[in-house]
Amino acid sequence: MTTTTLTTTPSSGSVEADLRHVRVVSRKPAIAYVVVVALLALLLALAPREGDTNFRFSAESDAIRIPDVSVPGMTVAWICVALTAVIALAAVALLRVHRSAPLWMSAVFALVGFVAFLSWAGAGSDRDFPVTRLVGGAVLLAVPLVFGALGGVIGERAGVVNIAIESQLLAGAFFAAVVGSLTKNPFAGLFAAILAGMLVALLLGVFAISYRVDQVIVGVVLNVLVIGLTSFLYSEVLVPQAQRLNETVRFTPLRIPVLAEIPVLGPALFNQSLVVYLMYIAVPVVWFALYRTRWGLRVRSVGEHPKAADTVGIKVERTRYRAVLIAGGVVGIGGAFYTVVSVSSFGKEMTAGAGYIALAAVIFGKWDPVRAAFAALLFGFASNLEGALSVVGAPVPSQFMLMLPYVVTLLAVAGLVGRSRAPAADGVAYVKE
Amino acid sequence: MSDTHTPSPVPPGDRERVTVEPAPSSADSGPEPRRAAAEENQWREVFQRIVTGGWAISLGAVVLAILAGSVLIAFTDEAVQRAAGYFFSRPGDTFSAIGSAVGSAYAALFRGAVWDFTADDFGGAIRPLTATLTRATPLIAAGLGVALTFRTGLFNIGGRGQMLVAAAAAGWVGFTWSMPWPLHMLVALAAGMLAGALWAGIAGALKAFTGAHEVISTIMLNYVAFYLLSYLLATPGLLQAPGSSNPKTRPTLASAQMPKLFEGYNVHLGLVLVLLAVAFTWWLLERSKMGFEYRAVGINPHAARVAGIDVRRVTVSVMLVAGALLGLAGATQVQGTVVTGFSSDIDAGIGFDAITVALLGRSRPLGVLGAALLFGAFKAGGSVMQASEGVPIEIVVVVQSLIVLFIAAPPIVRAVFRIPEPGRRRAARAERKAVAA
Repeated sequence: MTTTTLTTTPSSGSVEADLRHVRVVSRKPAIAYVVVVALLALLLALAPREGDTNFRFSAESDAIRIPDVSVPGMTVAWICVALTAVIALAAVALLRVHRSAPLWMSAVFALVGFVAFLSWAGAGSDRDFPVTRLVGGAVLLAVPLVFGALGGVIGERAGVVNIAIESQLLAGAFFAAVVGSLTKNPFAGLFAAILAGMLVALLLGVFAISYRVDQVIVGVVLNVLVIGLTSFLYSEVLVPQAQRLNETVRFTPLRIPVLAEIPVLGPALFNQSLVVYLMYIAVPVVWFALYRTRWGLRVRSVGEHPKAADTVGIKVERTRYRAVLIAGGVVGIGGAFYTVVSVSSFGKEMTAGAGYIALAAVIFGKWDPVRAAFAALLFGFASNLEGALSVVGAPVPSQFMLMLPYVVTLLAVAGLVGRSRAPAADGVAYVKE
Repeated sequence: MSDTHTPSPVPPGDRERVTVEPAPSSADSGPEPRRAAAEENQWREVFQRIVTGGWAISLGAVVLAILAGSVLIAFTDEAVQRAAGYFFSRPGDTFSAIGSAVGSAYAALFRGAVWDFTADDFGGAIRPLTATLTRATPLIAAGLGVALTFRTGLFNIGGRGQMLVAAAAAGWVGFTWSMPWPLHMLVALAAGMLAGALWAGIAGALKAFTGAHEVISTIMLNYVAFYLLSYLLATPGLLQAPGSSNPKTRPTLASAQMPKLFEGYNVHLGLVLVLLAVAFTWWLLERSKMGFEYRAVGINPHAARVAGIDVRRVTVSVMLVAGALLGLAGATQVQGTVVTGFSSDIDAGIGFDAITVALLGRSRPLGVLGAALLFGAFKAGGSVMQASEGVPIEIVVVVQSLIVLFIAAPPIVRAVFRIPEPGRRRAARAERKAVAA
C-alpha cells in the first residue's frame, strides 16, 4: 500500500516551485523489513546452532593472502539480527514523519541480514565458507541473467515488454551450440547466438509492434514455441549427429594480469572467459547508450510517451523495432554462455527458467540497466549459495536455497525495494493517428 | 508490466490516445485513471480481437499451424533429406518422400487421438478417443481457471504452481488418511482445490494490496511451488514414499481414487467433474452476480470501481476460484490419471498448456472445452506419433504455440486465407471520431 502525498501542480505562479514537489511515501519497505526481521529471529530461536563459523577469503595460490576469520556463529547472527531490527525501527520511525526509507537502507539491511544468515548456517561446521568461490560462482551463474536483464531493460524502456527473454536465451544457446560445433570456433558460436536472439526478437517485434498483439501473450507463446522447436530439433537433428553438431569448443578463461591479484575479488572476477568480460563492458555501455546518447533519449521517449515522440518526428515503430532487435542480440550473448562457456553441448530446456529470473531482475532493478545487472548478480548469488551451504553442511535443504531468488523477487515486487515504476507506455502498442 | 506499481505522478498527457481505442470519457479524472485506462484499453483490444476473431480465424490458425508442423517434419525426415540430395534429377522422389513422411506422421497422430483403424474390434478402435478424453480432463479444468482470470483482466501464468500444490495436498490426503470411498475421494479433492485456491490467492492478494503484477508473482510462485514440492518429495516422513529414496510418493489409496468410467479404459470420474466445472464456470460468468463483477472489472476496472464494485475483492476472489479450478486439474491428475505415486513433474506442462487452451477457447467455458479436447487429442496422438513414427512429441508443442500465435494475430490468417475483416467500417468510423475529438 502506498500513501501518496500528491500536491497538485498549478500551471503558473510564484508558488510553483514549492508545489511542484511531489512526495510519495511507501509503507511497503518498512513492512517488509519487519517481516524479514521476524522471520530471521524465528529461524535463530527455533533452530539454534552451536560453534564457530569460519570464513575463508583466499586460496593457497593467491599472491596476497587474507587470514581466515573465525567468529562465534550464533552470537554474530544475533548481533546482526539486532542491527536489522534497528534498521526496521528506523524505517518505521521515518514513516511516522512521512519519509520513506532510502535505498541504501535496503542495501545495508540486505547485507546485514545476509551475514546473520551465513553465520547461523555455518556455525559449528569444521569446513570454511569459501568467500571467493561464493563470489566467483555467483558471477558465472549471473552471466545469462545479466545479459537477459539488460535486454529486458532495453526492450521495456522502448515500451515493449519482453517476456520472451527465456526463448531468446534458449535460441541463443541452441544456435551457439550448432554453429560453434560446425566451425569449432567459439566466436562463430557467439555470433550465431546474437543472430538467434535477434531472430526471436524480430518475431516478438512483428507480433507486438506491427500486429499489436498483447506483448505478454506473445512473449509467453514465443517461449513455448522456442522450447518446442529447440527440443524437437535437438532430438531430431542434434542427437543423431552429436559429434558434428553438438560439441563446441569453449572459450578458455583469460587471466587479467594485475586485477586478478586483488584479494578475494580478483580470482573471482578477473580469471574468467571472454563472455564474462563482455558482461562487465555491456552494463556500462548499455547505461551510457540509454542515458547519454541521442538513441537512448529516443528509446526512452518512445517508451514513456510515444505520441509526444511521434509529434517531434521520432519514428515510434522503427525505434521500437531497433531497440527490440538490439535487446534480442544482447540476450543472445547470454544464451551463448550456456553452450560455449559453461558446458560444451546443448541440452533440452537448458536455460531452465533463467529468462524469467532475468525478467524479475528487470523489475527488481527498476528498469535501470545498472540496478538490473546488480539484481541479476544477487539472484546468481542466491543460486550459488546453495552449493556453498552444502559444502559447510548447513541445515538448510537445497530446495529452499534454490527457491530463494524467487521468494526474494516476490518480496521485491510486493515492495521490499520500495516503489518502482515501469516506463509509462510499457506494454502499450502505439497506433499513429 | 506497466501496472506493477501504484499511482504515480505521471506527467499529464493524453496517454489514453496512445492506445488503439479512444479512452472512455471517465479517464479525465486524474493521472491514475489515465494510466489504468491505457492498460484496460490494451486488454480490451486483445480480448475483442480474440473474441471477435470468429471461428474462421481459429480454424485457419489450426490449419496454418499444422502446415508449419508438416514443414518441420518434412525437413527433419531422413528419407526426404536423401531424396532432396538428387532433387534436380528426380524431383518427384522428394515430393513423394515429403508426402509419406508428413502423411504417416499425421496418420499416426490421428490413430493415437481419435480412431485406431488398425485395431481388430470396436473396443480397440475407440481406445485413442478415450486416451484423448483422459488427456483433456486436466486441461479442461486448468483452461477454465486461466480463462476465468483472462475475463477479469488478469493473466494467471501460475497454473503450474497451483497444480503442484494442489497435487501435493490431494495426494497427501489421498494416501495418509483413511476413510470410506466416496468421502475420502471428495475430501482429497477438496484439499487439492483449497490448496490451489490459496496458492493463487497469494498472487491475487499481492496484486490487490501491493499492486505486484500478477504475471511476475505467479511465475515466481510456480518456482516456489516446484521447489517446495521437491523438498516435500525428498524428505522422508512428508510426501516421500517410506522405504524409498526416490523423490516419489506412495500410490493414492483406492478409497481416494476417481473410479474409471468404463472397464478397461483410463477415462475416470474426473472427466465428469471437469464437465461439471465447465457448466459451473459458465453459470458463474454469465449468470451470477459475482461473474458479472468479474467481467465488469475485466472490461474496465475503473468504471467497475465507479459503479461500486470492490476491485480488490474481485481480484482476490477470482484468483481463489481460478486456483480452485487449477487445483481440480491437479487433483484429477493424482486421483485419477497417475494413481501409482507421483513426482514433481506431475503437472506435465498442463499449467502452461492451460494458457494456450484459454486463448484458443477465447476465454469462454465452452470454447475452453473444445480447445482442451483438441489439445488433449494432440497430446494423445503425439505420443503415438513419437512411438510409431519417431517424430518427437515436441512437434505438438510447436503446433500448439503456433496456433495461439496465429489466433492472436488475425491479420496473418486473414491474409493467407483471404478472410474479410469484420467491422472494418465500424473501426474506420471510430477512428474518424477519435481524430475529430
